[in-house]
Amino acid sequence: MSSVAQKKGFGATLWDWLTTVDHKKIGILYFLGGGFFFVLGGIEAMLIRWQLHIPNNDFVSAGLFNDLITMHGTTMIFLAAMPILFGFMNAIMPLQIGARDVAFPFINSLGFWMFFFGGLFLNISWLFGEVPDAGWTSYASLSLASEGHGVDFYAIGLQIAGGGTLMAGINFLVTIINMRAPGMTYMRMPLFTWTTFVASAMILFAFPPLTVGLFFLTFDRMFGGNFFNHEMGGNTIIWEHIFWIFGHPEVYILILPAFGIFSEIFSIFSRKRLFGYPSMVFATVLIGFLGFMVWAHHMFTVGLGPTANAIFAVATMAIAVPTGVKIFNWLLTMWGGSIVVTTPMLYALGFIPSFVMGGVTGIMQGAAPLDYQLHDTYFIVAHFHYVIVGGVVLAILAATHLYWPKMFGTMLNETLGKVTFWFFFIGFHMTFLIQHWLGFWGMPRRVWTYMDGQGWNLANLISTVGAFLMAIGVIVLVYNAIVTSIKNVKVANDPWGDGRTLEWAIESPPIYYNFSATPLVRGLDSVWIEKMEGNESGLTPAEPIKDIHMPNGSIIPLLMSFGLFIAGFGAMFRTEESWGLPLLIFGLLWTFVSMAARSLQDDTGYYIKKEEILRDLKRKGGQN
Amino acid sequence: MMKGLKKWRLFSLLAVLTVFLAGCGQEELSTLLPAGQVGRDQFNLLLLSSGIMLLVIIVVVAIFLVALVRFRRSKLGEDHIPEQVEGSHKLELVWTIIPILLILLLAVPTVYYTYKLGDVSAMGAVDEDGNAENLVVDVTAKLYWWEFEYPDLGIVTAQELVVPMDEKVYFNLIAADVKHSFWIPAVGGKLDTNVENVNKFYLVFEKDSKDLKDGVFYGKCAELCGPSHALMDFKVKTMPRAEFDRWVTAMQASADNQVVANPEGQALFQQSCIGCHAVSGVGESGAQGPNLATFGDRNRVAGFMDHTKEDLIEWIKYPQEYKPGNKMPDFDGKLSDKELDAIAEYLMGLSVE
Amino acid sequence: MDLNKKFTPETWPEHPERATLEAKNKFVGFWLFLGGETILFATLFATYVALKNSGPSGFGFSTQGLYELPLVFVMTMLLLTSSLTSVFAMYHLRNYNFKKMQLWLAVTAFLGLGFLMLEVYEFSHYVGLGFTFGNSAFSSAFYTLVGTHGFHVAVGLVWITLLIFRNAKRGLNLYNATKYYTFSLYWHFIDVVWVFIFTVVYLMGVVG
Repeated sequence: MSSVAQKKGFGATLWDWLTTVDHKKIGILYFLGGGFFFVLGGIEAMLIRWQLHIPNNDFVSAGLFNDLITMHGTTMIFLAAMPILFGFMNAIMPLQIGARDVAFPFINSLGFWMFFFGGLFLNISWLFGEVPDAGWTSYASLSLASEGHGVDFYAIGLQIAGGGTLMAGINFLVTIINMRAPGMTYMRMPLFTWTTFVASAMILFAFPPLTVGLFFLTFDRMFGGNFFNHEMGGNTIIWEHIFWIFGHPEVYILILPAFGIFSEIFSIFSRKRLFGYPSMVFATVLIGFLGFMVWAHHMFTVGLGPTANAIFAVATMAIAVPTGVKIFNWLLTMWGGSIVVTTPMLYALGFIPSFVMGGVTGIMQGAAPLDYQLHDTYFIVAHFHYVIVGGVVLAILAATHLYWPKMFGTMLNETLGKVTFWFFFIGFHMTFLIQHWLGFWGMPRRVWTYMDGQGWNLANLISTVGAFLMAIGVIVLVYNAIVTSIKNVKVANDPWGDGRTLEWAIESPPIYYNFSATPLVRGLDSVWIEKMEGNESGLTPAEPIKDIHMPNGSIIPLLMSFGLFIAGFGAMFRTEESWGLPLLIFGLLWTFVSMAARSLQDDTGYYIKKEEILRDLKRKGGQN
Repeated sequence: MMKGLKKWRLFSLLAVLTVFLAGCGQEELSTLLPAGQVGRDQFNLLLLSSGIMLLVIIVVVAIFLVALVRFRRSKLGEDHIPEQVEGSHKLELVWTIIPILLILLLAVPTVYYTYKLGDVSAMGAVDEDGNAENLVVDVTAKLYWWEFEYPDLGIVTAQELVVPMDEKVYFNLIAADVKHSFWIPAVGGKLDTNVENVNKFYLVFEKDSKDLKDGVFYGKCAELCGPSHALMDFKVKTMPRAEFDRWVTAMQASADNQVVANPEGQALFQQSCIGCHAVSGVGESGAQGPNLATFGDRNRVAGFMDHTKEDLIEWIKYPQEYKPGNKMPDFDGKLSDKELDAIAEYLMGLSVE
Repeated sequence: MDLNKKFTPETWPEHPERATLEAKNKFVGFWLFLGGETILFATLFATYVALKNSGPSGFGFSTQGLYELPLVFVMTMLLLTSSLTSVFAMYHLRNYNFKKMQLWLAVTAFLGLGFLMLEVYEFSHYVGLGFTFGNSAFSSAFYTLVGTHGFHVAVGLVWITLLIFRNAKRGLNLYNATKYYTFSLYWHFIDVVWVFIFTVVYLMGVVG
């Protein structure tokens, strides 16, 4: 457990990672798992763009194309963007509030393994050759008509991964509510912690509808249910409502942490307190709240009637106000500051114009009658990529550079980082800017090919070239990560020099119990305050050094998740294979027994003795 | 309303400029060259909204660039500690209120047009003699083709919608299998064809399709509906009312006086194809395959292939290859080349115009 | 945490369920979990209301013809009483009276079991009438809503049984006090959901 035990064999190291409940390690697991799926989803995107680079292309078949778009969307949202953000939340948020761990270390681990096995389940569909093909939205009439097991993989895989997400959300919420250091009031929490908090609250209320929707889909496809079968009295519009009641908040679950990351970056690299902190917090909460009121703007063309459309149109536009407040507060944070353009700052600077463009096209689509034209065209494809790539992915890349030293103890190369940025940024705008016009020119989305002579050829070619530039950027990043990890030049507590929050006052990476003594927080940007007052360490302890209670590692989360993974196959093959039903029962039983084992074990953790902490402190030269 | 319109047209100038610089697309399928009242209303909303949005972008980018140039650490020196400003209520109030005003500016016309375009109250109206006052077309979307029934006229066609110009044409939309979405980009926005309920809306066609490149507007399916979603195109022919009335009369007579270009082809068609495809324009929707009464007048084979005999033969032989997942079986091997040739010739001759 | 630390009613804290940080975490986390569960049931209710009485053409089942209020009334009484007995149990948890707490929890479990058996009877009765899960959208929505509640009851029963037996010889401590307490929260929640089911599904189904 202790950091002294460096010379462990491979088996012991592996076991350590499989059983870890340390939030920093789970953060890294999330980051790596999400990164893997990000690359997978990226490859799918490249195949999509290659298919569309010329008219009438036959690089992939129509069916395979639908597999690719479905898996690209599902993978990027559920298995890449969210887990990577969870990675940062896990690794950084507890440090920001001065906590030693999250509230439920065991459930934290369980959440990760459920995400991992859910993602694995979803992607194993490629090996079966029966891949989800009804779009990431899987609208009911098509998802019921879809042949083979493709959509079954979607329903069960997302169910497992979604359960993990829900646990992670509750865990972060309780951590922030209960485990803040003395003095860390709500209105002193760093913005990344605040956005984690609001995003987690949104997860808590948005994921249960998805759970229910996926159960309906599972029942309809595998257990003879009739929720969406209109010949049996069902209704497909129910799926659309349920999906978007989940789906719209989901977008904000992704973008809010991105806002938080950029808030940190603007503040650090402008060497200035975040402008209008209270209104930033208020705007975050308001966006979270409004996020639940606007789902039907995804359904303007469904035929809900003018009254519903008008209400949801106006509600949608209202979200522009708090979002605008945020943009201007970031600008004013820079204004009068001392701006240094590091790689993370470069991403933040690129984010402002990109995200504003994504935001305003969102409002255009909020105007319902105009949306009748734009809905389900390449315009919407351009819009949500501007928001998600221009917002979330830029934030993820920025945070990767920003927090890399805190997570791995070494810096990424700045020059390579900037190379990545420019490839990615130029490629991004090249890919998606032109797609707005493709939408205007009448190109529907999700088309696997298009005829010559409709005026779309050049724009599609430009878009494809842009996509490949983005891919080059990502390859440079991976190269950067590998090379700097091999060199492994150790860095100090605050490698960026202007860290303002608690995580920058402790080691990179932090020791497994984070803080030798719980810190006392005396204001917003507490480390900055301490340093300005001449306290070089940036920390004031709130209590003397004493024994620390720590949780034990456990393999049970992995086992429980694996049981669900097995049960998924059982459910899927229940009717056609004799082993289906036994496998389903076996998997569920496996999970239940693992759970009972946990419950009967009375695992109450262990204590790190005061002497050991003092020893560690001495080794570090008295630093925290 | 008109006052408002004038005001925001000023705003829109810039937007128009950008849009024109980047090109407006092709007349037969671009939303930027609206060919009817509905599309034009939506286009106006596009101009208004992009005008406002462009304004926002310009303001943000201007502040952004000035801040970025003025406050660089390389200028200010490494040791410069900026003043730790907490915020400014005045400024924050400004950028809360101005966006609210901008949004109101957009919200009012949005609500107005939402109700205007959603108004189908005149759909069932009848005159004193009990005849329908407005043209109603029942659209059924199927994997992967479109059926158009004119219930008040007793005729049905497929793949090519024929409509009169300069009047409101009302549509009843439904899907027969999975959800699709009915969209004629140049004429107006889309509306989904759900499986469980009929959706209603109207469009107005103000441009004669004769003047277009192919002589037709392009229609698209806008909702993912399976492998051949991309190929689920249809075409729209618009014509003056008088011409349309002539077309309707011809359609109503198509059951009896049909030109037969190839009698042998007709006989083969009666054996192999008639189970799914009707060749009379009189009837109702609900057929297995597209109605072929106007096949010779059409512009594409299967909605997307060139309208030539060769392509038609290719299609009949390998429909599953060209449009995967559609309901027509391959006829390769079931019909000889000579037979296919005869059928193709017969079909190319089916015309009511 | 020391599991073997012995308490007396005097040293036993006033809020044993949240006396330690871990307990506080569980306490808050469980409330949040119930918040999520509320949304889950809300979605199920909405779907049920949208699909009730809806089936294929010529569908013969309706809420009026199907439900039997007397049976459901008995079930309601059983579950409501069990909620009350769990309150008694929590009273004794606060008083550090382990035996009485266990006793009342056992009573709670028996009442819950009775409820569940009646529900199984009710379902099998409907299935006997031909109202199977796959019969219509109505039946799917009905069994999923009421069945999800029933599943929650079953989970609660397994949970409390394990707790009762696991701790029978060990008595109360600050570690298992939270477990008992969260169980009772859960049980109340199930009870509230049932009140809604009784009203929305059964009463409004038969009367409305």
